[in-house]
Formats: sequence, structure tokens, C-alpha cells
Amino acid sequence: MATESSEGGLVFHPMDQFIVSPLFGDGPVAWYTPTNVTLWLALTVAAIALLLVNSTRDARVVPGKAQSIAELAYGFVYKMVVDVTGKDGVKYFPYIMTLFMFIVVANFLGLLPMAFTTTSHIAVTAVLAVAVFLTVTILGFVLNGPSFLGMFWVSSAPLPLRPVLALIEVISYFVRPVSHSIRLAGNMMAGHAVIKVFAGFAAIAAISPLSVVAITAMYGLEVLVSFIQAYVFTILTCVYLRDALHPHH
Amino acid sequence: MEGDIVQMGAYIGAGLACMGMGGSAMGVGNVAGNFLAGALRNPSAAADQTATLFIGIAFAEALGIFSFLVALLLMFAV
Repeated sequence: MATESSEGGLVFHPMDQFIVSPLFGDGPVAWYTPTNVTLWLALTVAAIALLLVNSTRDARVVPGKAQSIAELAYGFVYKMVVDVTGKDGVKYFPYIMTLFMFIVVANFLGLLPMAFTTTSHIAVTAVLAVAVFLTVTILGFVLNGPSFLGMFWVSSAPLPLRPVLALIEVISYFVRPVSHSIRLAGNMMAGHAVIKVFAGFAAIAAISPLSVVAITAMYGLEVLVSFIQAYVFTILTCVYLRDALHPHH
Repeated sequence: MEGDIVQMGAYIGAGLACMGMGGSAMGVGNVAGNFLAGALRNPSAAADQTATLFIGIAFAEALGIFSFLVALLLMFAV
């Protein structure tokens, strides 16, 4: 991908920003090599720790700026868990809060200029989605036993339709981690690629003012998308969790 | 020669897969529009249903993302 850039009209390729490269030197990337992904994942965790741990260390009755943000995030996710999964889902609130904070902070850090968007890689989001899928499936079997499989047998449908519906339900159950992970990665990747395409047009003098306006508008949209995708990922986790807790609807 | 034709087909297929985007756009617009229509009729019940709105949008969008996946597979895996 990177080799085409010298021949094409663009100064850089819009997909260059997603290349995983080692932090030190130009060697091959092995599983233990510190790369730009490692750096930005670590920065994400550090930013969350700074926001949540540091701001609530000396918690006051009248919260300061950082404490307000931390309390707002906590309240937002707590309300979402209670609304979607009900009171018995609160036990799993820490997991869902962790997921939400990780995704939203990783998305926002990726919006900084020259930053690397870790959530734009399917490798990162697939781990999150498969973890949710395994958690929910194992939890469903532990809590309900074999009757968890009754989720696929839609007893409210007419009897001849039930085997067909069961097949569709099983397929849609196993597609969940795929759509769950690709939704987040696809949205982040597409948005950042569009911004870089407009940034490439900025090199042409005649349309550069227009492309600067377009970049600004796309950036505003991306801020919105970053938050909404984190929200959607978390709320779908809550929906899947509800299915595991109450498989018979 | 044969590889060129295969690659041409893959690129054309990737372009055709973009039509899925239109279907997904109609689905998301349908969900949001119907939500707004319902919310304007009964604004007091709307606030409780925003979670349902986002779940509906996410499911409608997922099908569009599958076409994106097909395009990616054609571009990089075939």
C-alpha cells in the first residue's frame, strides 16, 4: 500500500495511518515487539487510570471537573445496565464499565492528530467481541444449564415454523461476535480514512480551503461517531447479557 | 492474464458490494424516522426508548457492515 504513494496524486495513502510499525527500529513485527499499537493501548489505559483513579482519590461532596466527568461516566453506564438488563445485571456492571471506558477513550485518543486508532483494527475489537461472546455463552450455560438452549426454540411461533426459526436463531447467535467487532472497527476505520482522503486534497491549492472545511466537518462527525459506537458496543453487550440471564424473554 | 481478470472481477465485486451501503442507509433511516414519528406523537414515552432506538440502528447497520466485509475480503483476501 505504501509503495503506491510516490506515483499517485496523493502525497500519502489514506490507509497508511493504519500500518502497524515497531516503535524502535525497522525490524519485523513479532508478538513481543513494542509497536505503535502497544503504545496507544498503554496510553489508553493510562488515560483511564488518570481519569478514574486520580480524580476520585480525594473525592469531594461538590465534585471538581475531573470528578464530575468520572461520576457522569459511571452514572451513564450504570443507568444503561439497569435499564437494559434489569437489577440482576448490576453484578456484571464492572465488566461493562471497563469495556465502555476502554472503547470510548481509545476512540477519542485516536482522534488526536498523528495518533494511532487502536480500535480501527479488527484484531483489537475482535478480542473484545469474542470475550463478550464467550462470557455471555458460558454465563448462560452456568446460570440456566441446558435450558439456555431454549433461547433458540421460539415457543411463541407456530410449530412448523420453529425448526426454521431455530436455524436462523443459531446462525444469528454465532454471527454476533463478527458483527459486534466489525461494526466498531469498520466505523472507526472508515471515518479516519475519509478524513485522510480530504487531507490529501488539501495539497491542491485550488480546493484546499474547501477540503479544510470538509476535514473540520468530518472531524466533528467523527467525535460523535466515536462516542456513539462505544455506546452501541456497550449496549449490545448489555442486550447479549440479558439474553444470558433471561433466555426465555 | 488470468490473474488480471480475477483481480478485475474482485475490484468490480468490491465496488458492487458498496450497494449494500444503500440498503443499510435505508434501514437506519427507516428506524430513526419511525422513532421520531412515534416520539412526536407521545414525547413522554420517548426518553425510555432511546436504548431501543440505538439497538435497532445497530442491527440495521450490521447488515451494511457485512457488505463492507465482503468488499474487504474481495480486496485483500481473494
